[in-house]
Order: sequence, then C-alpha cells, then structure tokens
Amino acid sequence: MAETPIPLEVRNITKRFGDTEVLKGLSLEAHKGDVITLIGASGSGKSTFLRCMNLLEQPDEGDLIVHGETIRFKETKHGREPADWKQVVRMRARLSMVFQNFNLWAHMTLLENIIEAPVHVLGKPKKEAIEHARALLERVGLTERADAYPAQMSGGQQQRGAIARALAMDPEVMLFDEPTSALDPELVGDVLKVMRDLADEGRTMILVTHEMAFARDVSSQVIYLHQGVIEESGPPEAVFDNPRSERLKQFLAPKH
Amino acid sequence: MIDLHGYGPRLAEGALITVELAVLSLVLAILLGLITASAKMSRSRTAHAIGTLYTTIIRGVPDLVLMMLLFFGGQIGINAITDQLYARFGWDIFINVNEFVAGVITIGLIFGAYMGETFRGAFLAVDSGQIEAGRAYGMGPWLVFRRIRFPQMMRHAIPGLSNNWMVLLKTTALVSVIGLSDMVRVAAEASKATREPFTFMIIVAAVYLLIASVSEWAFARLQKRYDVGFGEVK
Repeated sequence: MAETPIPLEVRNITKRFGDTEVLKGLSLEAHKGDVITLIGASGSGKSTFLRCMNLLEQPDEGDLIVHGETIRFKETKHGREPADWKQVVRMRARLSMVFQNFNLWAHMTLLENIIEAPVHVLGKPKKEAIEHARALLERVGLTERADAYPAQMSGGQQQRGAIARALAMDPEVMLFDEPTSALDPELVGDVLKVMRDLADEGRTMILVTHEMAFARDVSSQVIYLHQGVIEESGPPEAVFDNPRSERLKQFLAPKH
Repeated sequence: MIDLHGYGPRLAEGALITVELAVLSLVLAILLGLITASAKMSRSRTAHAIGTLYTTIIRGVPDLVLMMLLFFGGQIGINAITDQLYARFGWDIFINVNEFVAGVITIGLIFGAYMGETFRGAFLAVDSGQIEAGRAYGMGPWLVFRRIRFPQMMRHAIPGLSNNWMVLLKTTALVSVIGLSDMVRVAAEASKATREPFTFMIIVAAVYLLIASVSEWAFARLQKRYDVGFGEVK
C-alpha cells in the first residue's frame, strides 16, 4: 500500500528579527490526526514558529515539507524567500489558519467570508461552496448569522465563523494562533467546544494557546518553548504531570 | 428668457467636451495614482525614488505651466523623434498633438500625483490582519489586491478622491489656453462677440455647479457602498 505523505513536517527552523534570534532550530512532525499544542511564555517564539509554518514569517533556515512536498527557497537581497510562490499558494491552501484577532474580512458577510477562498483560490463552483458553507455554519452554530458582517457579531461568533472559514478549505492541517486570547472569558467556552469537536473527529491541528486545561484534554503532543528552543516535548500527561525541566515546572506552577 | 445669440449648441458641445475631458482625465489619474501609491510603498528603492520624483515635480509646478510645457514641448519632442526616424530610416511619420489628448494626459498626470498620495494613505489604513488572512488562505498578491485591499482601501480613499475630482473638474477650464473648445472657451468667445460676459459666464458657472452637485451625490453613494460592514452597531 502506498504510504500517505505526512501532512506537515518542519525541520530546524531558525528565525531572527534583527539581532535577536527568536527561533533556534525548531522541528516538528504533524501526522494525520495529531493535535500538537505549543505552550510557553510570551516571547518564547511559539506564535512566530506557527507563522513560519505557512510562511507568514519567512524562516531564515530550515525546511518545510507539506504533504511530502519540500518548499523551495532562494536567497534574495531581502533575505531568504520562497523560490516559487505558486508552490506557496498551493501549500497554504492545504493549511488553514485561525487568527487571534479572527481577521474575518470586514467588507464581506460571514457567508461571503467562508466561500471566498474556496471559490477564488480553489476554484470551487460558487453554488457548491455556498452549500458547504451553510453546512459548516450549522456545525459552528451560526446558521442565523450567515448574512451578518463581522462587525455585527460578537468575538466568539467571529472566531467560530473564522473556524468555519478555515474548514471550508478542507485543510490537511489547521493552525490556531491563540484563538481564544482576544475573547471575553464567557465566550471562550463556545470556541473551545468547536475545537474539541474537531480534535475528536481526527483533524490534524497545531495550536498555540494559554488554555492549559484544554491543551491537556485534546493534545496528542505538547511542546514547551522557551526562548526559541524546544525545552520539553511529549504527551500531555508527561509534560503537565511530570515536567522534567525547572523552567516548565515554574511555567506550570499556579500563579497566585 | 436668456438670449444666447445662437451660441446654445456650441456651448452644449463645449460642456460635453468638459465632461469627457474630466472623466477621461480622472480615469488616467486613478490609474497613475494606484501605480504611484504602489511604487511609493514598494520595497524597491528605484520605484520609490521614481514615485517621489513624480509627485514632487507635479506638485511643485503650476498646472498651467505644466500644461503648456507638455502641449508645446510635447509637440517639439515628438517632432524631433519623427525627424530622426525620417533621417535614419526614411520613415515618414507625422504626429500632431491633439488638444484633447494633450489635455487628458496633462490633467491625468497632474492629478495622478495627488491621487497617489490619497491612495497611499488609504492603503496604509487597511488593517494588516485583513491582508494577512488573504495570504494565509492561499491568495496571491493580485487576488489579495482585488478582493481585499482595493475594496477596503476605497472607503478611506473616497473623501480624498472626491476632493481631487472637484479640483480636477475645475482645472479642465485651463485647457482653453491650448485651444480646446471646451465650455469655458466657447463662453469666452461668445462674451467677446456679444459683449454680454455675465450671461455666458453665469451659465458656465451653473453648469460646473450642476456637475459638481451630481458628483457629490454619486460619491456619497459610493462611500455608502464601500462602508458596508464597517462600524455598524449590532
């Protein structure tokens, strides 16, 4: 039987902003159905690491392999850049990102937001995209808000809408960048519930979060980052219950 | 009733020329403005320098002087080129600078510089997260421009665009100096011939005011269209 390629592989990523090296050689493998959680203090590089995975930030060194396809880079006077933007577009369409600030397109209704990339990037027929979008809206509990503009929705609704937008791409891997950090506490639960359902149905997910209880529940692997280095990594029970490094112990200790 | 001494049809033709000139110049100015804004926001130093040079020259030289420079200077330049072509290759070409085309090019060039500044500010006002979301979903630069940046930029650009348009409209009056029979030139001729300047100038003023009022209404509608989705209360 033919082996299905690993959805996402990241090898030895480094990234510097000016003189500061924020990522110091990070690697990760996301197999089908994995839920990988990146935790760490702010400034540890976890969001930058996630953003390197779909090239919203350009890694200075290291390899990205999406669905078995290695992204090619070239050196330019502005630094290292992808050699083939068509390849980048293709790989981004396989990875959907959910942002901290939702970033739903403000000038489109929720339904328009969801069908936008499937229609214009994947070339899906509009009718089909709308049908799919309606099913996704039902799934995230936003059927009635299809024609609302993002500004007319609460933060929690916007984030659930953004998750529907991500799902509409039929992504191989979903990237979540602190999806609940911008939400009022009472709205966090709804968003986490949607994410938990996704994890349960076997979606491959990589997330950056501060929700430790949630990370412990849904993750197959937890990675603790400290100053751009993977300090500790393993299944959630090991990382949360038996942290080996002193820093992780401190990070996890209740702060009262 | 006002007696136009038979100048009515020519005035109407002149008004049409004014409108055509203004609209075509606006189209050119918008295109140049978008290019200038992109050049000035570009990472390329050369593009940035060219954009800056263009806006500096245009904004620093009076419109009338630019117009005469381009019209008369342009003809001299073209003649020099066609002479060379004849001398070297034996090609016998004669290009006459048409007043209307010269007017469109000059006004378009002048207002392209102002539009460039308007668009640049408007592009910078678009939230970067909106563009990032487009990129993250596999959109290339052109798709991001067409589907996200442009429609979101427009709501910031329309007030400046509308302002530039009003000034552009009135600047078309200057083309009468290069001999184009726009509304102002016809009215000036009629005033001299009939010794009734007030009659004709008040008509010209009224027509400009009418065009301006219609534009204001159109821009208000456009603003409403591009404001959709922003700042609405639940």
